[in-house]
Amino acid sequence: MGVAGGLVLVALVLQVAVFPHLTWEGIVPNFCLLVVVASALVRGPAFAATLGFFAGLLLDLAPPADHVAGRWALALVVVGYVAGLMRQDTRPTATTVIVTVAAASFIGTSVYALSGVVLGDAVAGSGDLVRIVLVSLLWDVLLTPLVLPGVMRLFTRLEPASA
Amino acid sequence: MRPSRPRATRLLRGYRPLRPGPDSFDQRADRSRLRSRMVALVLACLTLMTLDHHAGAHSPLEPARRAVGSVFGPVESVSGDAVRPVTAVGDWFRTRRSMQNDIASLEAQNSRLRAQNATGDYTRNQLAEFQGLTSAAGTLGRALVPAHVVAYGPAQSFSRTVTVDAGSDAGVRPDQTVLDDDGLVGRVLRVTPTTATVLLIVDTESVVGGRVGTDMNVGFLRGQGGLGDHGTLDLELVDQSDAPTKGDTIVTWGSHGGAPYVSGVPIGRVTAVYASLRESTQRAVIQPFVDFGALDLVGIVVPSGTSSDRGVIEADGTLQ
Repeated sequence: MGVAGGLVLVALVLQVAVFPHLTWEGIVPNFCLLVVVASALVRGPAFAATLGFFAGLLLDLAPPADHVAGRWALALVVVGYVAGLMRQDTRPTATTVIVTVAAASFIGTSVYALSGVVLGDAVAGSGDLVRIVLVSLLWDVLLTPLVLPGVMRLFTRLEPASA
Repeated sequence: MRPSRPRATRLLRGYRPLRPGPDSFDQRADRSRLRSRMVALVLACLTLMTLDHHAGAHSPLEPARRAVGSVFGPVESVSGDAVRPVTAVGDWFRTRRSMQNDIASLEAQNSRLRAQNATGDYTRNQLAEFQGLTSAAGTLGRALVPAHVVAYGPAQSFSRTVTVDAGSDAGVRPDQTVLDDDGLVGRVLRVTPTTATVLLIVDTESVVGGRVGTDMNVGFLRGQGGLGDHGTLDLELVDQSDAPTKGDTIVTWGSHGGAPYVSGVPIGRVTAVYASLRESTQRAVIQPFVDFGALDLVGIVVPSGTSSDRGVIEADGTLQ
């Protein structure tokens, strides 16, 4: 769990403090989501859902977040579960990884937006919403080749599931 | 027992059952464990949302936010400091010359603004003085050269004249009307390049054609030579039969070509009407509007567009 926790922290710092300088209209790549998807592809839905819960909780509580706490937690739990169902004992192909990341990004941002609508928390207009979902999907898919292989290797080597 | 496949993985081609282990989710037991874990996690999320949503600012999660913030705040500022030089690289490529140009233009702007600021007070005072004169110019529809009264002729020389500081360089010529914002002051007698001598209307030599405001009768006003309250004028109407009434306003009748007096300048008010025994006519005593003991800023009526060494107040109120 230590490696996972460390990876989530690094992902959070990158997402909140470093990448905002390099954004397009404020949309950053969702590194926490990428870490959760990587862990899901290696370790399965149970582990990924738990990791997603804690990663989402950190994302909700770390400054400058101001939305209702628990929204990103729910989104990343769902993402962890769905991506975890794609887990295979053999290494997944590149296509599988990219498709999983794309689906996870879409599902995660949509769940977050829907929870915002239900709670009446700040949410963008429908046009902006579609654009935000699509642009973040693009960012995540673009960064998949850079982030996922390394993180998946880390999870495989340093945290193999004890049989 | 046949392992039952999880529904979702039927989407993948080449599906192979997962090896039994903590990460598999094929077996029914695994799936029930997974299901209970998911329920727990989702319930936890919903609880958090409920706690935080209704409470608003006093949410029970605020201490947690503060704690996380105290850890992440320094991390975020450190990483922000680390990233900022990288994003500022573009500015490093600005050339020295463009910075020098910037400095030069800023210095020029700075000294211009400083000069404007220094003369601001003086300009404001001048403006206040000129506003009265400008309204007179506007009412009359004439251009005025502003001037200050700088010297009074002594009363013991039996002549009531003053010197003003506008001369021929300012566009002033002899036989031009001099007025101030209260009314008619006099006419220009002679000019030098920088000064002009003005004959006041209260001088005994001064004769001004006037028109009674109410009934438009014309007459001649002669100065009596006095000062202050004694500085009255004597009105003799052309038509002897019509007598002016007390309180009537007299304005200038206007001379041919506007020299020496333009028409329409207020002169004074009728204070008394009496019959002159000697000449058997009605005469009126006029109190001038202008206080001749306290003359300061006066305007000399010049043709519009006169070139001058100072600003000429045009009839539309602009300073040319």
